[in-house]
Amino acid sequence: MRHFIIQRLAALVPTLLGVSVIVFLVIHLIPGDTITAMIGTQYKLTEAQAASLRAYFGLDKPLWEQYLRWILAAVRGDLGYSVRSGQSVMSEILRSFPVTLELALFSMVIALTLGLPIGILSAVRRDTPVDLFGRLFALVGLALPNFWLGTLIILVLSVVFGIMPNSGDYVSFTEAPLKNLSQLFFPAITLGFAFTASIMRTTRSAMLEVLRQDYVRTARGKGVHERNVIVTHSLRNALIPLITIIGVEFGYLLGGAVIVENVFALPGIGRLIINGIDQRDYAVVQGTVLFVAVCFVMINLLVDIIYAYSDPRIRYE
Amino acid sequence: MRRSWLFRLWRNRSGAAGLILIVLFLAAALAGALGLTPYPPNEQHAKDRMQPPSRQYIFGTDEFGRDVYSRLIRGATNSLSIAFVSVALASVIGSTLGTLAGYFGGRVDNTIMRIMDLFFAFPAILLALAIIAALGPGFRNTILAISVVYMPIFARVARGPVLTVRATEYVTAARCVGARDGRILGRHVLPNIAPPLIVQVSLALSWAILTEAGLSFLGLGIQPPEPSWGSMLSEARSLLELAPWLAIFPGLAIMFCVLGFNLLGDGLRDVLDPRMRGA
Repeated sequence: MRHFIIQRLAALVPTLLGVSVIVFLVIHLIPGDTITAMIGTQYKLTEAQAASLRAYFGLDKPLWEQYLRWILAAVRGDLGYSVRSGQSVMSEILRSFPVTLELALFSMVIALTLGLPIGILSAVRRDTPVDLFGRLFALVGLALPNFWLGTLIILVLSVVFGIMPNSGDYVSFTEAPLKNLSQLFFPAITLGFAFTASIMRTTRSAMLEVLRQDYVRTARGKGVHERNVIVTHSLRNALIPLITIIGVEFGYLLGGAVIVENVFALPGIGRLIINGIDQRDYAVVQGTVLFVAVCFVMINLLVDIIYAYSDPRIRYE
Repeated sequence: MRRSWLFRLWRNRSGAAGLILIVLFLAAALAGALGLTPYPPNEQHAKDRMQPPSRQYIFGTDEFGRDVYSRLIRGATNSLSIAFVSVALASVIGSTLGTLAGYFGGRVDNTIMRIMDLFFAFPAILLALAIIAALGPGFRNTILAISVVYMPIFARVARGPVLTVRATEYVTAARCVGARDGRILGRHVLPNIAPPLIVQVSLALSWAILTEAGLSFLGLGIQPPEPSWGSMLSEARSLLELAPWLAIFPGLAIMFCVLGFNLLGDGLRDVLDPRMRGA
């Protein structure tokens, strides 16, 4: 097991380097002059002003040198400064990331509490109305865009109940836990809806697969109580594919949060990126995208390790 | 008797439902492209602002008095053309790379697939956003962003089956009679790896529709006044309580279009890949 973890950690280095190269190159796809793109066309700069700005941001250096400077600083946690706010990109990320992380975790909790039972029921009562409802729910859940669901939730809350879920300033969990959770509740449902559907779908098909196995028949044959057959014999084995889905989808929750945060006006990573794009604040966009991608890679690594723990067959491949 | 796969798709419940939905949306997209809408989609009717659905405007009008129904039809043209072009690009480039990697193996395989793996290190929407951030919003850049994000998935989906097919006897036989790599790839490998790719195309289309709508919702996709389902939804948000129909119909359009491609994908998988049946 230790060998497995060391191997995975070693493989992390080239992946992270590659990711940073992609982020760097993508942001440097900006057509034309970066300075003009940042300042906008409404201000006319003299050639000398543009040149001194270019020198200030290191844009006059060759591309590889710019990359080296950026990545060496990034490794030390310095992602540069926001052109708009003047604050360090890292401090802005550290301020917004807890919001996104909490939103993603909250959605995951909701998705698991709903998706697992519905999936199990759907599999155990295959082809009954319960199953039909479950499958219909999964189909709709996967097709429903989260920004529409969020809009509809706001519509219903404001028209029917007269509450504005996104009014008022965001408070963090440590300041006022209850208020914070109530602020995040509807965004979390919005973000977690598609996740619920995919957990339900995976649980259902994994359970159906396991229920076909010989050991389940043996358990039933020797008279094990049906509840025990499902919980101990089937569910535990069906959970293995679920770990992958949970890990992969958690990464997508971080991405999906970008849109949901904008629907509910939450000050998370997603808002940071979108504001960065709108204001052409490239240091913010570059730093934030790199940060989220690194988190995503780490989560995938963690999933691999948990996966190897739960299924000894994988380690020996 | 071996029935055509289209017939079998029609007999499959998901497949038939998906086909019907997609044909309807394609018809709408075509109508939008040919200008067959009740009103020009960008025409403003100053006297009929924010009209609720009526016989004159079946889905109502927006704050500029534009007919929502006509804009949805024209939005179908925009969304579907972005989805089809980007998925075409992603599938052709991606599966070519995946096929080459799987067929030639060794260093080619390693180089191509390691690079593709890097793209999997990003949440998809994030990579699309980064590309849009650099290139700017708009029709063409949306296509580019979606195809770059989806290309590695096609590479992965193509590579697996190529590895299996490469080791089969009919490929060895073809090589023995002197067939060149190009011929083997075209005549023997491609037809046999097509089924999973076709299924993936359908799922990719559904994802492309969602992504385009999401980007346009954020104001980074199709630019106004040209209608897109995503941007119509976003415009509707400030008028939510006054004109809820503005938020309801574009959302339904996105949902049914995505549902259509998902169902079609499920149906295709059942029909083309019997091993996956019921999964």
